[in-house]
Amino acid sequence: MTADSSPGAGWEIVVGLEVHCELSTATKLFCSCPNAFGAEPNTNVCPVCLGLPGSLPVLNARAVEFAIAIGSALGSSVEASVFHRKNYFYPDMPKDYQISQYDAPINVGGRVELADGSVVGIVRAHIEEDTGKTTHVGGGGRIHDADYSLVDYNRAGVPLVEIVSEPDIRSAEQARSYVNELRAILVATGASDGRMEEGSLRVDANISVRRAGDAEYGTRCEVKNLNSLRSLGRAVDYEAARQIAVLESGGRVVQETRHWNEDEGLTSPLRSKEEAYDYRYFTEPDLVPLAPPAAEIAAVAAGLGPLPAARRHRVADLVAADGSPAPVDQLTTVVGLGLDDLVRGAADHGADPRLALARAANEAANRPDDARALSPVAFAALVKLESAGKLSATQSKTVLAAMLEGGGEPAEIAARLGFETLGDAATEAAIDAVLAAHPVEWARYEQGDAKIAQFLLGEVMRATRGRANGKAVAASLEARRRN
Amino acid sequence: MSGAARDVPAGALATARAVRSGEVRAHQVSEAALARIAEFEGGLHCFNTVTADAALAAADAVDAAVAAGRDPGPLAGVPIALKDNLCTRGVATTAGSRILEGWLPPYDATVVRSVVAAGAVVVGKTNLDEFAMGSSTENSAFGPTRNPWDPGRVPGGSSGGSAAAVAAGLVPLALGSDTGGSVRQPASLCGVVGMKPTYGLVSRYGLIAFASSLDQIGPFAATVADAAALLDVIAGHDPADSTSLAVGFEPVSPRLDDGVAGMRVGVISDFLADASPSCVAAVRGAADVLGRAGAVVEEVAIPALMLGLSAYYLVAPAEASSNLARYDGVRYGLRVDGPDVTQMNGRTRSAGFGPEVKRRIMLGTYVLSAGYYDAYYGQAQRVRTLVARGFGDAYERFDVLVGPTSPTVAFEIGAKATDPLAMYLSDLYTIPTNLAGHPAVSVPFSLSEGLPVGVQVLAPALGEGAMFRAATVVERGADPQARGPIEPRAAKVAR
Repeated sequence: MTADSSPGAGWEIVVGLEVHCELSTATKLFCSCPNAFGAEPNTNVCPVCLGLPGSLPVLNARAVEFAIAIGSALGSSVEASVFHRKNYFYPDMPKDYQISQYDAPINVGGRVELADGSVVGIVRAHIEEDTGKTTHVGGGGRIHDADYSLVDYNRAGVPLVEIVSEPDIRSAEQARSYVNELRAILVATGASDGRMEEGSLRVDANISVRRAGDAEYGTRCEVKNLNSLRSLGRAVDYEAARQIAVLESGGRVVQETRHWNEDEGLTSPLRSKEEAYDYRYFTEPDLVPLAPPAAEIAAVAAGLGPLPAARRHRVADLVAADGSPAPVDQLTTVVGLGLDDLVRGAADHGADPRLALARAANEAANRPDDARALSPVAFAALVKLESAGKLSATQSKTVLAAMLEGGGEPAEIAARLGFETLGDAATEAAIDAVLAAHPVEWARYEQGDAKIAQFLLGEVMRATRGRANGKAVAASLEARRRN
Repeated sequence: MSGAARDVPAGALATARAVRSGEVRAHQVSEAALARIAEFEGGLHCFNTVTADAALAAADAVDAAVAAGRDPGPLAGVPIALKDNLCTRGVATTAGSRILEGWLPPYDATVVRSVVAAGAVVVGKTNLDEFAMGSSTENSAFGPTRNPWDPGRVPGGSSGGSAAAVAAGLVPLALGSDTGGSVRQPASLCGVVGMKPTYGLVSRYGLIAFASSLDQIGPFAATVADAAALLDVIAGHDPADSTSLAVGFEPVSPRLDDGVAGMRVGVISDFLADASPSCVAAVRGAADVLGRAGAVVEEVAIPALMLGLSAYYLVAPAEASSNLARYDGVRYGLRVDGPDVTQMNGRTRSAGFGPEVKRRIMLGTYVLSAGYYDAYYGQAQRVRTLVARGFGDAYERFDVLVGPTSPTVAFEIGAKATDPLAMYLSDLYTIPTNLAGHPAVSVPFSLSEGLPVGVQVLAPALGEGAMFRAATVVERGADPQARGPIEPRAAKVAR
């Protein structure tokens, strides 16, 4: 935070995130029930994931592979690990304990490089099973005052990897950026579909504040129920402000678990440290220690494609060859949607990388599935038409939309749509007409009001239905002003 | 024996031979077993459920296989009783507890599938201490089982129903589970053979867990050979149990008669200090029998074994406290409603569990708690390692070990019911085997004032072959009057 006079001035926000990632396995972690979202309640269940008496877990080998892939992608040390039971009573947990990993997780350490180049350390990324899903009916939707509760065990036993970050995050924006980056990494490994809205990624935030420059961390609160990046950002800002207000009024922050209420935009206490569960962890006796052979770990790591940071770097290097850096948000978008290969392919075929990146990030990104199927040659051809001034920006976007819709060659589509950039004479004629119609604005422009140029350019483009070359129009206007 | 039973052979192997050859029909065998159950069940209470119709249908299927020339399996037509903590599809499985009242498992335990595939005919589910916690079967929510040798005495436990059913000749075979001696101790008290396999040799899938790292399913039979035949059927890798050993198991039956010439036998001296004189005498007698048969017999002190009991009563309750958490009234079994889910959980568990189960849940919860974990559970795990090491050292010098199974013969019903510590001591000599994951078998050897005394033969992991050979020799040197099946003295005792 900056040292100005706004609320929170002189304070530093410290955030560590726990991200639960559902793995994209075909079956659950300890049984062969389908791991699928959206089925009728309690249909993807069996004696094992219902925790029926006498049933026993058998570890899903694919889930272990995904966990290793995640660890490899995060730069973790992939180690021999042990499963533990985390004991507590909750109706959505069929066995009233969760099989998780405790003091010997499969992935130890690691780091995530964010789009802005900052780095967040990883403490661990361990395997555990998901719980069922409870719906509390009546009484405000919380368990203790509900009229009754319904439990769906379809999710019980779905494999998760919980990724715990170091408390390296310093703002709401960085928290969102971290989750975005993590999501891109998880999708790149194939371990997750990354869908926050379906609960594939769930985030808990450990938030504290301290005076800028303090070496010690403040007392933290864990905030749960963050169902979107937006919730995460709002909750970090709200909770930090709450803690700062407590401290500035001479109070103490109480270590507790808090619930984010999206509608009201605030956090409220769930349970205090004293009320915290004693999970009575002990080694899961129904499973054997997990010790993937070094060769298996190496094979999984070798099978990983390039990760988002590396892919961003590759596109950024192409774009920055013109002397100025590539826009970070565009890089993030194309890599996040898997359109970086399209940009690089277009560049290979002679397209301007910067324009290719812009078209991919701003237009092609609207139809990512179609865009990934686009031929780099055709995309390069489009970008080249625009660069050469043969298509205006507006026309280029329209042609691209048509290519995404139904494929085809950009030149043919442009011809079919009657898109040819106006000739110089027609363009000048259009400019003459616009200036004649707007003498007041022209006068202001002539007197140096640069902002009005956009209006005049827009009017020319409108008059030519986008067929004028915007750059040429701008150049002509400038030339006329000087004369 | 009574009418119907006279027409069918006694013993599992003899029965299977007769059924396979068509000499006798499985239907007839099952009818005889059901008739004998009907005659004695009222006095003994071996069973929680008798599945008469299903048994006769299964027997008919075996007969049909024989008639059609198909292989009906090595245990063709042999009636078998299952401890009521083994899941049976569509058949009540109570674990001796009210908390599972009304629950019908939707699946069969792996061992149940194995015995059925081998042609055995399941006749019912036998009584047990609630969740296998106990040494007398008095902790059953459905009332105690009585010892066929003396209806005033306990059959031992927790697999008391299975032991008594074999001892009374109601069935030639039964399955039990042994967490700290729950097969061997009742076998000793009832004068039958009872065996705990190497941990991981028999699948636990479908066994209602008490203490997962200690539980093993084991066979009961009147003879060593019958017990071996049942072990051969239930042993082997099961992918549904992650702790199941992925080793090729060599059946023990073909080599039972290979003898003990040159076998090195250690008599565990630590086990002789506090056992009753008759139990000590039985061990000495069995050692003599083995010596005369060519074994090299020596005494061996393994002091670490005496630490086992206290370690066990930390490890087993700890695991149990977690394993039994799922009985919360939410999904199956008993539910006692309350104003909210937490109170419903509490009321259900208060009403559904008996006092011994509650005691162990509380004990286990305590020892796993933050701040106590290392002093109790951690320490117990270290003691467990010491016990295993003590055995390991001994097995460098000996092929098998012998000792008493139980410190005493069958005690009177109620004698220890109010003194848990005295009850826990019943398993002093059986517990170390479970902690180490080793096999052991109890063989009836002698009578003491009309009550059977068993001797325990212990072996290292996967040492079942040598163990059964030694057990066969001990059995041949034993008092034939000391083993079942017998005519129960309990027939006329009202339940």
